[in-house]
This record gives sequence, structure tokens and C-alpha cells, in this order.
Amino acid sequence: MSLGLASYGARHVQALLASLGRLARNPLGTLLTLIVIALALALPLGLELLVTNARIATGGFANAVDLSVYLKSDVPLAKAEQLATSGRARPGVAHIEVISADAALAEFRAYSGFGAALSVLSANPLPNVLHVHPRPDAESADALESLRRYFAAWPEVDLVQIDAQWVMRFNAILEVLRRLLIIAAAILGAGVVAVIGNTIRLEILNRRGEIEVTKLVGGSNGFVRRPFLYAGIVYGLGGALLAWAIAAGAIGVLAEPVARLARSYGSRYSLVGPTPQELGLLIAGGIVLGWLGAWISATRHLQSIEPRA
Amino acid sequence: MIVFDRVSKRYPNGREGLSAATLRVDAGEMVFLTGRSGAGKSTVLKLIALLERPTRGTVLIGGKNTGTLKSRHIPAFRRGIGMVFQDHKLLLERPVYDNVALPLVVAHTPLKEIDKRVRAALDQVGLLGRERALPLELSVGEQQRVGIARAVISKPALLIADEPTGNLDADLALEVMRLFKRFQEVGVTIVVATHDMHLVHELGLREITLDNGHIQNGDNDPLPGMVATR
Repeated sequence: MSLGLASYGARHVQALLASLGRLARNPLGTLLTLIVIALALALPLGLELLVTNARIATGGFANAVDLSVYLKSDVPLAKAEQLATSGRARPGVAHIEVISADAALAEFRAYSGFGAALSVLSANPLPNVLHVHPRPDAESADALESLRRYFAAWPEVDLVQIDAQWVMRFNAILEVLRRLLIIAAAILGAGVVAVIGNTIRLEILNRRGEIEVTKLVGGSNGFVRRPFLYAGIVYGLGGALLAWAIAAGAIGVLAEPVARLARSYGSRYSLVGPTPQELGLLIAGGIVLGWLGAWISATRHLQSIEPRA
Repeated sequence: MIVFDRVSKRYPNGREGLSAATLRVDAGEMVFLTGRSGAGKSTVLKLIALLERPTRGTVLIGGKNTGTLKSRHIPAFRRGIGMVFQDHKLLLERPVYDNVALPLVVAHTPLKEIDKRVRAALDQVGLLGRERALPLELSVGEQQRVGIARAVISKPALLIADEPTGNLDADLALEVMRLFKRFQEVGVTIVVATHDMHLVHELGLREITLDNGHIQNGDNDPLPGMVATR
């Protein structure tokens, strides 16, 4: 059994080496094919990195989703504290800060530049406000809306405002990008299968004579097909590695200016490259697509080549 | 070893390659298939090697009805037959060694065994030491001997040759035939298609003559029990 397995392994190694040798003998053609495959794989990878990086870059803001609950102006601070306590008990609420009318006025006076104008007011026109921070698991649009309605139903509440609608829009944009990524990956994946299938088809036609002779001396379809499948796998793997190199190169070029941009916003964010999982998926995807393209092409075209003595 | 029972082969273009041919070749026998080109010699060989299927009739090889053989078993079946061609069908961009080894490689023979057998086969055809040469670096006669080494390397019980001497001068042709004769002497059944009557008479072996798809002569009784409606 172990001998059988060893010779099984040996003939696969043989087929693989033969495929590599043949690809190496036509370096320009091989390189062009690899570049086409790499570009087709690099585009979805780039989109994935764009989405991931956008998520990370905005991670700080995404947590800033909160609700401002404006109480009616006749609700005293003590009552506001009491309301905050009962609000904290609601599921989905992380914490609530009470911003008293006086504190809000002081802050407004300090930052708005209307300090002098405000001092002519006889009374504080601002209401007491509760700042409600939802728990991270309650940040979906539905959960926020349900929180909004909960607070809006209190008789002491004048107005509830969700402060981070743009964050939700941004998340929606990311979701659109993610869908685009899936569509692009599917279309370009089909393209990779087609490119590899066509390359293998040409290779089969080029080696028609050799295939005929091999079948003549008793080579099975499986035997004849094996080196072509390896060629497909090598194309897919090579394309995936080249796509990784392209992505790494792009990140290298962008890293410095992006970091500078982030610093100007006071962020320590820097570009992230593909995770091991993303790389694994890229490489496995390349291999599977390469094998599939070669298998379809070889199965189709090898059957039509029968020896004619 | 080989039995054709009323075998006809009509090609898709309508040409009748073989008409109700009945013939028999015993194990260990060496016979010539003779006749003008187009008489059906190649058709007989193609039917033996399952490069074609008969339109009508039965072909038995080694006692097995080839009509019941499934396509996926054809490669293994062909590995049991050595084939030699007029144009030798060598892979020109591969060295002699690779060409001769091919039948063993497709049969997944271990590399060490391949090495031993390639040397033995090249020795038998007098080409030991030329392993690394490319076919085009050899003379026509040598190329044909490489083809023969490839045909016998898997020690087939049956060897078929289609005009193996067609491109060779008389001396080389005789040399190739003597080579075949030596394989016959160790028990290989051999069928050689040729139109070189001089050569056939020189060797004095049984001949099966074809004319326009019909068998003209010969003691070709099929096996007992298959006589039926002759």
C-alpha cells in the first residue's frame, strides 16, 4: 500500500514538474497570463481591503452613535436625574449622561462666541438634556429607532434626536461596497476560469501530437489530463501570489500619505494589509479557479483528440 | 491470439475499409498482411488496436471480444499491444530515452524499473548509449528502431506494425524484419502490414492478402465453434 501511495505521489510530482518546466520554457506567455489572472484577483482583494480599512478608519466615529433626549424646559434637573436612572435600566442602553441646562449654557457661552449676547438673556433658554449611548449591539437602525420611540413617549420629553445618521449612511455605503465586492469577485472569478481555460486549450492544441502518441501507447485520459490540471493550479496560485504582491505594493505606496491624512485628523490610524484569512482565501480561490478552468478545458478538448494511426 | 469473424468496417465517408473479413492469427505466430495501399491492411491493424471499432462482426484479441470493451478500459488494453508505425510517431522534441519510456510512464511503472527496461529495450535494438539523442539526430533506420524499442518495452504479447519498412532501404528493411523475427522467437505474436513482397518472400512467413477490403487467401479458419455460416 505504501509503495502504491509512493508511486502515486511520485507520478503527481512528475506531472507537476513537467508542467512547471513547460511554463518556464515560455516565460513571456506565462507571465502575461499570470498578470491577467493577478489583475482579476487583485481587484476584489483591493475592494476587500478598502472596505476593511474604511471600517477601521471610522471605527472611532462609529461608536459615537448616540441619542440626545431634550427634555421640556419646565422639567427640573432633579427630575432629569430620575429619568436618567430609569432610562439606564432599559436594555440596549450603555449609559446616560445628564447635561444640565446650566452646564450646556456654560459650554455654549465658552465655545460659541455669543458669550456677550447670551448675558442679556434673563433666563437660561436651554433645556436639560440626556445623552443616551446605546450598547454596541443596539446600534442597528432598527434598535436605534426603537430607543428613540421609547424616549419620545415620555411626557417629559420634548424631542429625541439621533446624532449619527451619517454613521448609519456610511455603514450602508460600506455594505453596498461589500456587495459590489462579491459581484466583482464572482465576475472576475469567472474571468479567471475563462482565461486559464483558454490558455490550457491553446496548450492542448499545441501538444496535440504528443497527446495522440501518449494515447496511442495506452495513456489514459486521466494521465494525459494531469499535467494540464497542474498547469491550471500553477497559473491560479501564481496569479494569486502576484495579486498579493500588487496589493502589498499599493499599500506600500499609499501608507505614508494615508498616515499623514489620518494624523491631520488627530488619528493614529494606518493602512492595514490583508489578514491571514484573506490571504488564505485569495490563494485557495486562485488554486480552485485555476484547477476548475483547466479541468473544464482539458476534459472538453482532450476527448476530441483520439489517435489516428 | 487474433480472430476476425466476418468483420466489416465502413468509414464515415462511406468508404468500405474491410468487407466481411475472417482471419486468424495464432499465439506466437508472425504473419504478413499484404496488399496494395488502400486494400485494408491498416484497417485490420486499427481494429486490432481499437483505434477503430468494426461496423459489423466480431474481433477477438487474446480470446476477449473487443466489442464489449468499455472506452475507459481501452488505454489498459492498448498497453498490452506494441505498435510500430511507418512514420514511427516519435516525440521529436523528447530524447530517445523519454520516447522509449513513454509506455511504461503511462502505466505508472516505478522509475528504477523504467530505467532498467529502457536500457534493455535499447540494447535489443542496438541503440544502447543513444538515450540522450533527439530523434532527428538519428538516421531513419535508427528512428524506426527507437519506435520498435518503444513498442516492445512493456513486453506485449502482441506486436503490430504498419509498413514499418516503408521509409527504409532494402538492407535496413531486412534488418528491421530480422529484429521482429527475434521477438517472435521469444513468443511474441507479430502482425506486419507491408506491400514489400520481396521482403515477405525472403522471410517465408505466412501472409494474409487483402484486396479492396476482402481477404484473398490463407488458411484463416476461425476458432472451432465460430465456423457457423461460412
